[in-house]
Amino acid sequence: MEILIKNSSGQPIYEQIYTQIKDLILNGALAEGDALPSIRGLAKDLRISVITTKRAYDELEREGFVNTVAGKGCFVAGTDRELIREEHLKKIETHLQAISQLAKSCGITNEELIEMFRILEVEE
Amino acid sequence: MNAIELKRVTKNYGAFSLKDITLSLPSGCILGLVGENGAGKSTTIRLLLNAAARDAGEITVLGRDVRKKEFRRVKEQIGVVLDEAYYPDVLSAGNVNLIMKHIYRSWQEDIFYDYLKRFALSEKKLFKEYSRGMKMKLAIAAALSHQPKLLVLDEATSGLDPVIRDEILEIFNDFTRDEDHSVLLSSHIISDLEKISDYIAYLHQGKLVFCEEKDRLLEEYGILHTTSAGLSDVPKDAIEAKRQGRYSTEVLVRRSRLSGAFDVEPANLEDIMLFMAKKGE
Repeated sequence: MEILIKNSSGQPIYEQIYTQIKDLILNGALAEGDALPSIRGLAKDLRISVITTKRAYDELEREGFVNTVAGKGCFVAGTDRELIREEHLKKIETHLQAISQLAKSCGITNEELIEMFRILEVEE
Repeated sequence: MNAIELKRVTKNYGAFSLKDITLSLPSGCILGLVGENGAGKSTTIRLLLNAAARDAGEITVLGRDVRKKEFRRVKEQIGVVLDEAYYPDVLSAGNVNLIMKHIYRSWQEDIFYDYLKRFALSEKKLFKEYSRGMKMKLAIAAALSHQPKLLVLDEATSGLDPVIRDEILEIFNDFTRDEDHSVLLSSHIISDLEKISDYIAYLHQGKLVFCEEKDRLLEEYGILHTTSAGLSDVPKDAIEAKRQGRYSTEVLVRRSRLSGAFDVEPANLEDIMLFMAKKGE
């Protein structure tokens, strides 16, 4: 498992950890039952704050991606297909919102967008 | 548990006074104490080691009031490094070991020698022949060799080159892998503190400006470049401090009080401090 922290990205550090671990779980690189590194260990190895790392883990737990077993550590939870689908839908939605904003700002109609999408599909 | 807790601490020195300081260092964390020369960093450190007596307020370190008799026991669990290492010139690292063995009940020779090796310090060389970096490393080795739970360092990295400073920061980072270990370090090299601290306390002219989680500070504050006309569009309560130039205006803003429409640049700790220092004047 590898995590890259960028200080210049403008994205809060806890969010970078959260998204990267979440992505590793969603794409199957981390499987159900896999142990995550300890909060303190990960923080010290990445040379970031312990509190920030804890915030990322808390967020992952709240969203149901990991379980904390007292005294043992943090483990990847059984992700059900629904949850994964939901996450992917959320991602698609954000991209669509960006497309819709961009299209509005330069006067492209929905029909034109759908047409563009069809052409791209055919080309693929 | 908090390794260090100061509640409404005040100390008067006539010309200088430390006013109403409240801050805490949770166990397992690193607290960076920043501030200009004479801001009160060393005074704060002296107070919490009971090297100076406070005039008002409460101070507990590792769970004990520093003015109580039992605090002498607690002191064994504190490793202290001041900005100047202070061993007599004619001693070698080997001599230091022999002396410390009799001072600290918990002194661990093997750990001390491990650090000497790690820092490439010779056992025989006399202290007066040491470079500044070597002196500092010896003081840190000694501070770490009596199984401390708390390390207190006053300007321990100033005057050292970036490579050695980084090595030293890495040691503090490693030290706090144990959740019972905490570090308080003061420095005016803000980039060092930004690298390593969990919390930042900022002293300015004897007052505490803030004591905050470092990453929250960096997330919350940003810099907005605008014109004097554009400034009126920025919500008043989002403006923390501003720097007005002849041709442009820079504003330190709180992102949580600002809509996403503003193009806010990330601020580093130094920016935040400089803006806030100006604001107070």
